[in-house]
Amino acid sequence: MAVSSLETGAPVEPKRSRFRLSEKWLAPLLLAPSLIALFVFVYGFIGFTFWVSLSNWRSATRDLSLRDPIWTVYERLFQMPRFQADLRNIVVYTILFLLVTVVIGLGLAIVLDQQFAGKPFFRFVFLFPYALSFIVTGVAWRWIFNPEIGLNLLFEQLGLNRVLGWFGMGPFKPGWLTNPTVVGDMRTWFPGMDGLFAQMGIPLAMIPVTIAAVWQLSGFAMAMYLAGLGTIPMEVREAAQLDGASTMQMYRQVILPLLKPVTVSVLIILTHVSLKIFDLIYAMSGSGPGFATDVPGIFVFEQTFRATRYDLGAAASIVMLVLVAFVIVPYLARSVKEL
Amino acid sequence: MATSLPIEPAPRRPRLGSVKRIIGFGLLFLIVIFYLMPLYVMIVTGLKEAAEVTGSTMWRIPTSLSGGGFGEAWRRLSPNLITSIKLVIPATILSALLGSLNGYIFSKWQFRGSNLLFGLLLFGMFIPYQSILIPMLQVLRWLGIYGTLPGLILVHVIYGLPITTLIFRNYYANIPSELVEAARIDGAGMLELYRRIMLPLSIPAFVVVGIFQATNIWNDFLFGLTIITNPNDQPITIALNNLAGSFSVAWNVVMAGAVLAALPTALVYIFLGRYFIRGMLAGSMKG
Repeated sequence: MAVSSLETGAPVEPKRSRFRLSEKWLAPLLLAPSLIALFVFVYGFIGFTFWVSLSNWRSATRDLSLRDPIWTVYERLFQMPRFQADLRNIVVYTILFLLVTVVIGLGLAIVLDQQFAGKPFFRFVFLFPYALSFIVTGVAWRWIFNPEIGLNLLFEQLGLNRVLGWFGMGPFKPGWLTNPTVVGDMRTWFPGMDGLFAQMGIPLAMIPVTIAAVWQLSGFAMAMYLAGLGTIPMEVREAAQLDGASTMQMYRQVILPLLKPVTVSVLIILTHVSLKIFDLIYAMSGSGPGFATDVPGIFVFEQTFRATRYDLGAAASIVMLVLVAFVIVPYLARSVKEL
Repeated sequence: MATSLPIEPAPRRPRLGSVKRIIGFGLLFLIVIFYLMPLYVMIVTGLKEAAEVTGSTMWRIPTSLSGGGFGEAWRRLSPNLITSIKLVIPATILSALLGSLNGYIFSKWQFRGSNLLFGLLLFGMFIPYQSILIPMLQVLRWLGIYGTLPGLILVHVIYGLPITTLIFRNYYANIPSELVEAARIDGAGMLELYRRIMLPLSIPAFVVVGIFQATNIWNDFLFGLTIITNPNDQPITIALNNLAGSFSVAWNVVMAGAVLAALPTALVYIFLGRYFIRGMLAGSMKG
């Protein structure tokens, strides 16, 4: 075509404009199958789930008539002691998990930012769990936290309990995932909370869950920070060192502020992963003793597929979605605006 | 006035003092033990005979090398391993191909509103899948593919679109537009351009997306659990969870099963770690 236009000397404009016109529609047309499928499967389905949450579908037989009054199921949901415990658990877990994962991830990244032998090996080890499924992780850690055969036995065999005995302390034998204890109760501090049925404290069984999740995902935080550290130019470090800053000072006062965008990304991604947690807990402990490790993800699954309370399961899943959207939508909106 | 020579220190990475270094290495050593412990537990327990997985010998290494629980785990889980392979390969290839085409259009053929559509598409990878399960299962039933592998493949392809599109879009955005313009002046159409110029340049992106998606789909639990009802047809993660949940199965078999379920993604990580990390950072998400 280029050759022929040269020969005739005439501009190819008319032809090209027709060409362009068809291409103008070709772009959206080629996207259409993917986009329509995805939008149906995401927005259409969310809309349907929301409808189910407002409906009378309370058994195995489908009933999509709307309930009267329409928000009944949400009122019921938030009054259920179990769901209150779920919200408590997910908040406690998210805070603990974020704190530990970010601190360990950043710490490991800074260590691996130094020059020493065997660095690739360490990086390899710390990121390894990320490649495994939550089910594998859950199965392994369930064994480790089994009070009879796991860590407790190892502590006993290593003589830890004998050492504790010298100091007049009892043997260290936590129940881990089997421990129903909830420490503290916010209801006694905040008068507005006394209408809640679940004890608003820290469920101890959530700690082993957090440890397993940290094991799996701290490598991700480390990799994000390492990538961030890699983008900081050598000159910045040199300038800090020339100014007489110690290594600690340099990291605290120069590098850490520069890593803020990485921290924001890590926090947002990990928060949304944490709010959605399901597989890991399902494999480790399920709902736990007295719902000590129950979370919305498990609640939805059990209400929908075990109890066939479709309305209740749908409502809880919408609550999950709203929680995730609070974190993700601003992040996404900002990213897309920057395009 | 100081008259020192203007010799600047050679650029070097920061180093810690020697005492701190020893403490640091001690800590690092403990952390490495923490990271390796579950792997040790899985492999060592899996290699033991049932008789050794009791009481005081729990943490010891196996006394014989007979394969321990692996034989039994393989016998129970091999159908599910094959299901997972049959699921991962087509689902990964399809979602990568579609993601590549979408990414190409979103990066090189932007139109009015395309960025908004892209944003709406991306939201799909963050949603908790619990919030779409009920209608999804209804639609699969209506299509006649509920409980079947094609149904599960379809679901993985569709929900894989956001992440594959994102990785390809970012990859193509770095391919100079001049290259596209030059080919356009030669009269190449949109699809020809894609086939002749973009696809041949996309091999690294396909490797990254392929590894990322294959790992994600292999490790999925919720979709496999809700879509496939027949235990023999369920993917490996669901089968492993069932195995771990049945009280009649000894721990050595469960742990051997966990190793079997972990092995494919672990091998990918060991041999293709570089691409694995790239996909992880590009996607910046899990779950």
